[in-house]
Amino acid sequence: MGLEALAMDQKGYRRGSFQSSTSDEDMLEIAGASLDFSMADDDPPLDREMGGFSSYNGGGMNGTSTMMDFLEEPLPGVGTYEDFNTIDWVREKSRDRDRHREITSRSKESTWALIHSVSDAFSGWLLMLLIGLLAGSLAGLIDISAHWMTDLKEGVCLAGFWFNHEHCCWKSNTTFTDRDKCPEWESWSQLILGHGEGAFAYILNYFMYVIWALLFSLLAVLLVKGFAPYACGSGIPEIKTILSGFIIRGYLGKWTLIIKTITLVLAVSSGLSLGKEGPLVHVACCCGNILCHLFTKYRKNEAKRREVLSAAAAAGVSVAFGAPIGGVLFSLEEVSYYFPLKTLWRSFFAALVAAFTLRSINPFGNSRLVLFYVEFHMPWHLLELVPFILLGIFGGLWGAFFIRSNIAWCRRRKTTKLGKYPVLEVFVVTAITAILAFPNEYTRMSTSELISELFNDCGILDSSKLCEYVNDFNSTKGDDLPDRAAGPGVYTAMWQLALALIMKVFITIFTFGMKVPSGLFIPSMAVGAIAGRLLGVAVEQLAYYHHDWAIFSGWCSQGADCITPGLYAMVGAAACLGGVTRMTVSLVVIMFELTGGLEYIVPLMAAAMTSKWVADAIGREGIYDAHIRLNGYPFLEAKEEFSHKTLAMDVMRPRRNDPPLTVITQDSMTVEDVETIINETTYSGYPVVVSRESQRLVGFVLRRDLIISIENARKKQDGIVSTSVIYFTDHSPPLPPSSPSMLKLRSILDLSPFTVTDQTPMEIVVDIFRKLGLRQCLVTHNGKLLGIITKKDVLKHIAQLANQDPDSILFN
Amino acid sequence: LSLILSSSLCLCYAVNSEDVRCKCICPPYKDHSGQIYNKNVSQKDCDCLHVVEPMPVPGPDVEAYCLRCECKYEERSSVTIKVTIIIYLSILGLLLLYMVYLTLVEPILKRRLFGHSQLIQSDEDIGDHQPFANAHDVLARSRSRANVLNKVEYAQQRWKLQVQEQRKSVFDRHVVLS
Repeated sequence: MGLEALAMDQKGYRRGSFQSSTSDEDMLEIAGASLDFSMADDDPPLDREMGGFSSYNGGGMNGTSTMMDFLEEPLPGVGTYEDFNTIDWVREKSRDRDRHREITSRSKESTWALIHSVSDAFSGWLLMLLIGLLAGSLAGLIDISAHWMTDLKEGVCLAGFWFNHEHCCWKSNTTFTDRDKCPEWESWSQLILGHGEGAFAYILNYFMYVIWALLFSLLAVLLVKGFAPYACGSGIPEIKTILSGFIIRGYLGKWTLIIKTITLVLAVSSGLSLGKEGPLVHVACCCGNILCHLFTKYRKNEAKRREVLSAAAAAGVSVAFGAPIGGVLFSLEEVSYYFPLKTLWRSFFAALVAAFTLRSINPFGNSRLVLFYVEFHMPWHLLELVPFILLGIFGGLWGAFFIRSNIAWCRRRKTTKLGKYPVLEVFVVTAITAILAFPNEYTRMSTSELISELFNDCGILDSSKLCEYVNDFNSTKGDDLPDRAAGPGVYTAMWQLALALIMKVFITIFTFGMKVPSGLFIPSMAVGAIAGRLLGVAVEQLAYYHHDWAIFSGWCSQGADCITPGLYAMVGAAACLGGVTRMTVSLVVIMFELTGGLEYIVPLMAAAMTSKWVADAIGREGIYDAHIRLNGYPFLEAKEEFSHKTLAMDVMRPRRNDPPLTVITQDSMTVEDVETIINETTYSGYPVVVSRESQRLVGFVLRRDLIISIENARKKQDGIVSTSVIYFTDHSPPLPPSSPSMLKLRSILDLSPFTVTDQTPMEIVVDIFRKLGLRQCLVTHNGKLLGIITKKDVLKHIAQLANQDPDSILFN
Repeated sequence: LSLILSSSLCLCYAVNSEDVRCKCICPPYKDHSGQIYNKNVSQKDCDCLHVVEPMPVPGPDVEAYCLRCECKYEERSSVTIKVTIIIYLSILGLLLLYMVYLTLVEPILKRRLFGHSQLIQSDEDIGDHQPFANAHDVLARSRSRANVLNKVEYAQQRWKLQVQEQRKSVFDRHVVLS
């Protein structure tokens, strides 16, 4: 017992040293090498590890003793997955349960083992703490840098180049009307020419703005192309797919993290119509993935790792909006596929730690987490639900329009020559955006600042153009101003905002999906906020000028403050965001965490529900699901019902005219036969049957495990040649003594594959695939193996029945 | 990453005395225009009477004037901002230098050292399986020698392979991240 325990510890140590260098990146399958057995999975550490393994296990490989088999640790590499494949949830979960059982049973033996089991239980919480800290710090870095670089396009601070406009003027006394002019901050024309007025100064400012914008976006796209091509785009569709069980190696790696952080700041600062919330989710998931490598429990098990990634996604949204609960709900509703209850509490912890870290870094001053935090609590009236529902309808219509046009543009980028010039595309789009944005002050400012200004309710302390109402200074009311007539400033602001709305609606279509990190939340909220504010000011003026109409006279007497345009902006933002992403509960919770009050839940819910219904009536999918379908990821939609009456035998392979199913027999095939099968077919797994005549099922074996085991046996085991027999049974089959030594591969055989009969309705089969996370399912008839259904077949079948193109499903 | 983490956590507590202020915004009152006052006072002294100096209205009106003013206590950490920006700019600069090195300097160096041997060259190779064969050669060759420099070289070659694969998937074949 002692010897085996010692050997196990030795094994564990060695395996630790192997695994620490086998990160995600090392498992990349080199294309074209899958037929070359010597290149399957090769890293030098594998060789080193194999030396240790065989010296421990010596003559145990031929499996003469069953106890040695039981203790035989699996080969490193067995049980891992190839790139762009789906994991086997059932196997991962059962491996985790085995590991947990082993630790609990050994914890009774010694104090060290007890400490080990306690630390194993705590490792989850420690990991969440680390993820929260790292995500919060990175979000603070991104916020501070983006703020600074956005202002860099307009000028520079003489009192320290690292200050942005607001912080530069922090110490000096500014005037009431010109709050952003101070001597320390100089615009580029002031710096170069010495004065800031006049046409030439304006043109110079314009020119510098466009130059900086182009420089930032070019740097961003070159960094993405040169170092981490996976860092472009939003990241949420791919993370959704990864969380449903897909593997994309390198998507959540170190280089992707670094490049995404750096280029996100550059992309946001270049004035493009994109946001940073979606990419922040990707950054947080990268943090989660990287930190998982510190803990054995999560490093080796893909299913447990996905629990951690769900929590990391919650932390990402939490720092983006300062909304921990909203983050958890977003992760539950939008991003995760399986969300066990244990993950709920842990996600909340991670989101709280991240929000707390961000708060202590204090990027915006005043301990606010988001730029557009709203602090008013004005009441609203039931009749205002009518304009709110109108905003909901607008949000739904815009959402459906945006999804259709964006997908059409992305498809064009994917299939035509447009996709061959990513750098040029970014350059042109940035140039157009910068040239169109500078003249209008509402598009010149960063989108977050625009939203903040639109959400703001006008009080006497505000002097922006939007708040230029006709004031009556003789009244002694405090901050609670009545509805007033709009001054000329408000009218100019209105048509400028309308132009900004049109520009944003169209330019975002071309911006989302470019080869720089781009998010979608802020532009949609901006569109909604502009529309909402326009409607709010219109209703306010209507109420002021026609306060004697029947609808207003009941509740809005003259001199009362009834209409709050800022609230309309908020509701509009929620409606547009809901129309595009089809979020429901998480959207409302995020918005009300932004406002800090429960008064506005009903308008927000009304708008969100209306926009979702309108948008669903036009097109079924949200933007992320539409992108998943565009890319052909194998994502089995968990929310839709399968309502057709097909049977399993309609979907299974082989079909009627296909060659029969490729099977491996349990003890009558040689190494050469198996290698031929592997070379000639590309299936990811093979059923094992008792014999070709009986076709009775024994189990299922995966291609990758076969390749690794055979390779290893050829190198390390004595006497294994091409004519050696491979057997999957417990005891070797009887053969004449002159035959070469046999290869036992029972350890890689899955003895409990899922089977259904051929008459099973597809509804049940799809349900099984969804609920259990299967990769493949075997079909039997009268107890004999008939065929196989893989996840790809299920997805193609669903696509076919929905009249979509079944060939668009690209991956396994 | 740990550097960013530790420095940000340490520095957020190092609040300079210069970095606090009390900001009072006073709206237009009668014929006085609106004013903004900044003063470096502690939180308990952050109100209209301490900050608004000189008081623009005579004695009896002070209370009415001050009622309209809104005073807020604000704190920031200029050290955090400075350190963050400097960290960001240095990482950006390092990445740009590395990119310049990889695209321009390294091929020149390699060509001088190895003549015309076919190591992995520029990042612009698309649609060609030749790089993989070279990768196999490189991997096989470097596996035989075991010193640190070759390990670094080997890791770098493997990383370049991965980036190339990723670039093919994203930019050329458009299978991921369209």
